[in-house]
Amino acid sequence: MVDPDVSQYCLRLGDDALVLAQRLCEWAARSPQLEEDVALMNLALDLLGQSRSLLTLAGAREGAGRDEDDLAFLRDEPDFVNAQLVELENGDFGRTMAKQLLVSAYALPLWQALCGSTDADLAAIAGKAVKEVAYHLDHARSWVVRLGDGTEESHLRMQKGLDEVWPYAFELFESDPLLDRLVARGVAADPAALQPFWRSCVEEVLAEATLSVPSTDWRPSGGRRGTHTESFGYLLAEMQHLHRSHPGVSW
Amino acid sequence: MSSAQPLWEVFVRSKRGLSHTHAGSLHAPDAHMALRNARDLFTRRQEGVSIWVVRATDVVASSPDEKDAFFDPSGDKPYRHPTFYDVPDSVTHL
Amino acid sequence: MDERRFQQIVDGDGRIEPRDEMPDGYRKTLIRQIAQHAHSEIIGMQPEGNWITRAPSLRRKAILVAKVQDEAGHGLYLYGAAETLGADRDELLDMLHSGRQKYSTIFNYPTVSWADVAAIGWLVDGAAIMNQVPLTRCSSGPYARAMIRVCKEESFHQRQGFEAMTVLANGSPAQRRMAQDALDRWWWPSLRMFGPSDDNSPNSAQSMAWGIKRFSNDELRQRFVDATVPQAEHLGLTVPDPDLRLDAATGHHVFGEIDWTEFFEVMKGNGPCNRQRLERRVTAHEEGAWVREAAAAYASKQAAREVAA
Repeated sequence: MVDPDVSQYCLRLGDDALVLAQRLCEWAARSPQLEEDVALMNLALDLLGQSRSLLTLAGAREGAGRDEDDLAFLRDEPDFVNAQLVELENGDFGRTMAKQLLVSAYALPLWQALCGSTDADLAAIAGKAVKEVAYHLDHARSWVVRLGDGTEESHLRMQKGLDEVWPYAFELFESDPLLDRLVARGVAADPAALQPFWRSCVEEVLAEATLSVPSTDWRPSGGRRGTHTESFGYLLAEMQHLHRSHPGVSW
Repeated sequence: MSSAQPLWEVFVRSKRGLSHTHAGSLHAPDAHMALRNARDLFTRRQEGVSIWVVRATDVVASSPDEKDAFFDPSGDKPYRHPTFYDVPDSVTHL
Repeated sequence: MDERRFQQIVDGDGRIEPRDEMPDGYRKTLIRQIAQHAHSEIIGMQPEGNWITRAPSLRRKAILVAKVQDEAGHGLYLYGAAETLGADRDELLDMLHSGRQKYSTIFNYPTVSWADVAAIGWLVDGAAIMNQVPLTRCSSGPYARAMIRVCKEESFHQRQGFEAMTVLANGSPAQRRMAQDALDRWWWPSLRMFGPSDDNSPNSAQSMAWGIKRFSNDELRQRFVDATVPQAEHLGLTVPDPDLRLDAATGHHVFGEIDWTEFFEVMKGNGPCNRQRLERRVTAHEEGAWVREAAAAYASKQAAREVAA
């Protein structure tokens, strides 16, 4: 069933999951303790699974015969429509957890809403994803609280990491004509409606973590239109080079 | 500053209706993280529906020194087992 | 201690549990062996982890993440087993970081192409399984239990490697070349994974008597060669050993001389990646110190708050 709007929406969701998973993968054999290596890889596997389902669905709704790998490996940077927040470099463990918190506190109400999507395939993906991101939020929350309210050093690092990624969160709640159309059809979640949960959830965690809510007027944006940060090109180059070096083969 | 994390023993109920069984141990700073680490480590392949974590230092174990006194006396009480009793072949449902 | 009773249990194929009496040498040997096994698992994350971000398909990426994650998990199971015998994980990690304890030499070779990931799964995990399956019946209860879990989970590791290798061997000329090149580089190091010949392996006899080891290094190596050569033939790849032939009389493969000089050089620290692997491991540990300290500090604050409340 060809539906360009739904296809584009699935691409956004799929790119968010894929790019965040790719960043988490960079932690393999680098995390602060072995137990956390296992935990971070679990998050990455959940997100990879989500991205595969979403990109497959995006391809099906596009109707041009592209599969998950065509979409992941053969699109160029301007064709990726993930939010800039997920592509930000990991930084230290505190900054990574800040990013995980901000993304997961958005993803939970998002997938909850999408469980009721009028697109049955998308709703089915949401039914699985909602449980996964609930755990991701719990994981991020656990660490943000421990790092914020841990030692003096961890508090400073956690606040710094949070301050750095914070401005990028607001792109998640922007609307545009595509979303307006899909919200009207009951396919997509209205991003503005997700913000109150996000705000109260994040503020509650930060309060428990003795961290301050950053304040900034700077709200970078553009990921949904294919505009990305400088580091994103390197992420794609690394992710895509092997696949592109051998066109048309199987792996 | 010390970052030594206590050792936790992990018990996993593999499915409803079965008891929790010892799965192994792990390190975690507190009970909250111990439960989460246990979930990530011991139930990656759907091995569990419920987890207990217990601080390793809180486990009280019988000592091998007392092994004979603890466990051998139960060895000579065959009358606790159904096979101890003769039942005529013609009698069923016993 | 009553060494006769200990030996009776071992000889009767029983299991020695952590609080049982056991000879000091047995406990020490076990802790060292389990620790080195654990170190191998966690250092082993690096060569394959090297390709996670570049995996050529999303399916392969997911498989590889799951596998590298298992290796961290297996390291944890094994450190846990060592701890039940009285070791302390932090101390064992210190020994790894300071070079006082070793890990398998195989992980000091680089993964320079995607086919190396496939070759590791097929050959290295294949060799590891040969070594590990007998350990599920070793005399140490905790080690045997950890190995049962590890072997159960690892059964997919070798298969995914062979599957990935099959795709490459049947793929484009470039993929085929990649596959052959990986076999060329990983074959001999894999054979050396079983350790030196038993005549030159001083601890083998004692480990056998203690029921920690069930088969000799040479026996296991032979088993591996016999199992793997037909797999290479199935792939249409050439095992890099001109002397390799099937002895019709015994049904076993005869293979060429193993270069033990290289093995001992890598063991001494002179492999291509020894320094890099250890440095990466130490860096991760040091850069994570503030996180572990924070978690400990938070835990003690919380405990104090609960007492106060």
